[in-house]
Amino acid sequence: MNEKEKLFNSGVLVETRKGAVEPPVDLWQNKKNGLVIIECPQRIPCNPCHTSCPTGAVKPFRDINDQPEIDYEKCTGCARCVAVCPGLACFVVDLTWGDEDTALMKLPYEMLPVPEEGKSVDCLNRVGEPISRGKVVKVLEPMHDRTMVVHVEVPRSKVMEIRTIRVVR
Amino acid sequence: MKGLRQTEVLVIGGGPAGLSASLEAASLGCQVTLVDSDLALGGQLIKQTHKFFGSKDERAGTRGFKISEILLEELDGYKDRVKVHMNCTATGFYREDGVVSCVIGEDEYFRIKPGKIVMATGAQERLLPFPNNHLPGVYGAGAVQTLMNVYGVAPGKRVLMVGAGNIGLIVSYQLMQAGVEIAGIVEAMDRVGGYWVHAAKVRRMGVPIYLRHTIKEALGDRVIAGAMIQEIDDKFQPVGKEIQVDADIICMAVGLTPTCELLWQAGCEMVFVPQLCGHVAQRDLFMRTSHPDIWVAGDAAGIEEASAAMVEGRIAGVGVARSLGKGDSSEHSKRLEEYRRRLADLRGGEVGQKICQGLECCTVNEWGV
Ligand SMILES: Cc1cc2nc3c(=O)[nH]c(=O)nc-3n(C[C@H](O)[C@H](O)[C@H](O)COP(=O)(O)OP(=O)(O)OC[C@H]3O[C@@H](n4cnc5c(N)ncnc54)[C@H](O)[C@@H]3O)c2cc1C
Ligand code: SF4
Ligand code: SF4
Repeated sequence: MNEKEKLFNSGVLVETRKGAVEPPVDLWQNKKNGLVIIECPQRIPCNPCHTSCPTGAVKPFRDINDQPEIDYEKCTGCARCVAVCPGLACFVVDLTWGDEDTALMKLPYEMLPVPEEGKSVDCLNRVGEPISRGKVVKVLEPMHDRTMVVHVEVPRSKVMEIRTIRVVR
Repeated sequence: MKGLRQTEVLVIGGGPAGLSASLEAASLGCQVTLVDSDLALGGQLIKQTHKFFGSKDERAGTRGFKISEILLEELDGYKDRVKVHMNCTATGFYREDGVVSCVIGEDEYFRIKPGKIVMATGAQERLLPFPNNHLPGVYGAGAVQTLMNVYGVAPGKRVLMVGAGNIGLIVSYQLMQAGVEIAGIVEAMDRVGGYWVHAAKVRRMGVPIYLRHTIKEALGDRVIAGAMIQEIDDKFQPVGKEIQVDADIICMAVGLTPTCELLWQAGCEMVFVPQLCGHVAQRDLFMRTSHPDIWVAGDAAGIEEASAAMVEGRIAGVGVARSLGKGDSSEHSKRLEEYRRRLADLRGGEVGQKICQGLECCTVNEWGV
């Protein structure tokens, strides 16, 4: 088992693979409201990302165990999947947000305290290291079920690393 | 016989499997008695604050305790047919006359003679032996969850989790939600045993997962102060350097095993199936055991998930109704077909493959009765 495999086997994505792909850059750059990134590389019996997607951007599952596949043309960045996914494996990234150095991430969040709009938070990568600061733009609870979708302004160069935030006390 | 109660169907255990079996049997016209040792119905579900997987049929994306609430609401519609005894433990099955003894609380005792029985007794936790594991602060994951999610008590400040199956991963996540720090998760295998996405959730909050490691000993004088962990090789022998981890709680999540004492007592044919995590009853496609009046469902039939437990419970419910001649046969077939399809769907993934292998070792087509 090499280091990469070890990391992956402990729950850290190290490269794109089936069920965990990057959106096509051309489309992504100009897509207002952003596109979804799903990181769900294992076959598990689960499909709410598909059944809840209002536009059909998460393609129909042949088998409930399939990894999600995305038709990026159809994704509106609405972040409904972010709110429903029980694996907290869906994220939306809007590259059109702010100036050319910033982007907006819509992240699932189930910890306390709930982040406050306008406040600065730590942005953590896939192993929990703080790699930058971000600014909370909006905090929503789309399904009224205690899973928050937090909109955070982050450095654009870090969108493929940041996967959660931590409230700074 | 004095004080002997009667019921068409006795369901033992009111977790997702037992609740579903009760609902299904009642919906087909059976009179059901449901007993559960706990103070509330719902089994493991009442402790699950996270969102479940599965499909819409199994209420995917809904938190576990909510699923329990939904089942209880449905049960409310069958008040006239389902009699519930809580805080009531089935303590014995008497083979000679098919009577089941039950104790309510600690002193009220009764005997009941059911026509048919569904055993939905769930699972028991396995524990791991290591030096100093008698010290206060060593818990099973079930106890930690009960303290935290049923009674609202944080078990400690900093927890070392042993086991990275779904339970270890989920309980770690729930502890973090309760403001408790996770010092790390120790896992003997070379990958997490639970769903990758559950591991990703705790990793991104900075929790280390020590693959191919085991707990060597607990540290502490009168209470837990930490633990020594160490890497292990292919033969599970300790190699490499020891790491000291500070923690005031060591939480074991090293697996469950089916609760099957009553099945043994009843003389059901039992087999040891590693994929189902212990001894389980042989069953047919209706979840009937080798005893013609006893069905089994849920974790008691093999450790799996609540989603599958609910469907198995439904199948057992149809099974008992069918054998009691309740409901018409086309309705039975229709429901069974649907439930078997759902089970097959749920078991189509990586984890499901293992379950299917296990089931092959303990499933017969139909008993010749
Ligand atoms: C931390 C954790 C996370 C989980 N996450 C998920 C998940 O995300 N998705 C999922 O699908 N599943 C999940 N599960 C698994 C799920 O909870 C179980 O598979 C499911 O609860 C099994 O249902 P059951 O009805 O067979 O047993 P249980 O829920 O264990 O219920 C058994 C009941 O029987 C009662 N009982 C036992 N013996 C007797 C007796 N002699 N007399 C009377 N009553 C008795 C017990 O009190 C209990 O209430 C999780 C489990 C845990 C521990
Ligand atoms: S962001 Fe909206 S449109 Fe895009 S995949 Fe998720 S639910 Fe579908
Ligand atoms: S809902 Fe989430 S966990 Fe379930 S399949 Fe979709 S991305 Fe994976």
